[in-house]
Amino acid sequence: MITFQNVSFSYEKGVFVVEDLNFTIQKGETVGLIGANGAGKSTIMKLLLGLLAGTGEIRVDDLPVCKENLARIRRKVGFVLQDSDNQMFMPTVYEDMIFGPRNYGLTREEADKRVDEVLHSLGLTELKHRYNHKISGGEKRMAAIATILAMEPEVILMDEPSTALDPVNRRTVINTINRLPQTKLIASHDLDMILDTCQRVILLSHGHIAADGDAQTILRDEALLEANRMELPLCLQPARK
Amino acid sequence: MDKLSQAQSELREMDALAAEDSPVHRLHPLCKLLVTIFYIATVVSFPKYDLTGLVVMVLYPVLLFQAAGISVGLCFYRLRVVLPLVCAVGLANPFLDRTALLQLGNITVSGGVVSMVTLMLKGVFSLMASFLLIATTPIDSLCAALRKLHIPSILTTLLLLTYRYIGLMLKEVSVMSQAYALRAPGQKGIHISAWGSFLGQLLLRSMDRAQELYGSMRLRGFNGAFEYARVPRCRLSGVLFTIGCGAAFFCARYVNIAGLLGSLIVR
Repeated sequence: MITFQNVSFSYEKGVFVVEDLNFTIQKGETVGLIGANGAGKSTIMKLLLGLLAGTGEIRVDDLPVCKENLARIRRKVGFVLQDSDNQMFMPTVYEDMIFGPRNYGLTREEADKRVDEVLHSLGLTELKHRYNHKISGGEKRMAAIATILAMEPEVILMDEPSTALDPVNRRTVINTINRLPQTKLIASHDLDMILDTCQRVILLSHGHIAADGDAQTILRDEALLEANRMELPLCLQPARK
Repeated sequence: MDKLSQAQSELREMDALAAEDSPVHRLHPLCKLLVTIFYIATVVSFPKYDLTGLVVMVLYPVLLFQAAGISVGLCFYRLRVVLPLVCAVGLANPFLDRTALLQLGNITVSGGVVSMVTLMLKGVFSLMASFLLIATTPIDSLCAALRKLHIPSILTTLLLLTYRYIGLMLKEVSVMSQAYALRAPGQKGIHISAWGSFLGQLLLRSMDRAQELYGSMRLRGFNGAFEYARVPRCRLSGVLFTIGCGAAFFCARYVNIAGLLGSLIVR
């Protein structure tokens, strides 16, 4: 579904944010992208969406990520931003949700139907006509996910989906992620959430892949995590006195 | 609440006000826009000494504020910053035009005073009508109405996005000024020595924010053409409103209604 082949990117000449990346994500997989600050997690997502252009080859569903294919790729790939305020720019949740589908040529009736279906499936029907500035942080995060689901993407990218959420809202987001059948790539420092949602983890360090494999194995490897400026997930840490 | 937070909240309240339901809110946005344009054009076209003729024009905003369930006081409160500026426009007139125009008892009123008051009223009435329009019409509907008037989409998109970004920019300013105030106790406002870096940071943050937002829009298929709010077909009520208001403004402009009423009372 997603292939990175010899992908490199640098903002400054010679200083690579990601370098010679090679990995493949299969359809339906949920992959966690972890690593310290500046490891290249967000850059990978932006490269995949064509917001940044690097070297090497990235393919989504066999389509190379290039200018000519961007519209088709962005239709397949939804991106949930870290800051929901940057995602929700229309006055109401409803208007935000129909923004994408309408841009992709759906009639208002079709878009309305899709909005209703998504809100119903997420149990957010009461948010439909609420003002974005009047909903809580947790509701806004869920609404941001809903705006992306309304586009019916095949792949969902999430950048820090659990930050700044209280435990209940965080759990709601985790449960929602687990219910979504799409291929998912989740960048996060919340390793407990990654453990709860992902079968596979890619650990990044200074733009390189330090480990790629089973989430349970990597997230239990204390030495590996510490070598890459990370810690065991809280739920796996021995009880502290 | 600090001034910036208050400004943010007032901006949001305008959205909420525009989304309410009343006979005025239900009117077609294009009709309201056309009537507002015609109203302002009529108000501005009154001769500078025709104070009595102009006074009648207050009826339009006052009646519509009533029908919309919005208090006139709220309008003046929201316009409190701009109203003094509008009123200041004609302040020099009494000094420039000293021709005696009226005699009120022993007081001679010069043409400059009358023209100053006329100019002030023109400004106030125009602002009231504009406020009425935006307080009863959501920005998306307004942009849709502008598109129907064949205003280029680049301008309407710019208007819509500017409106959206103002809120975000205010939020950034509010966060920055709060961070400043917390580390500068006892200071009123931001010290002049910090203005440069403050504005520079604001610009950089705003650009970052705008970039993120634009990225988010592009990822959802935005290609420069905005999909505006659904504007229903113009109904008979809208047409009647437009024609009725147009005719009333025309009468008010060319028939001295205040003079006629006055002469009736004097008889």
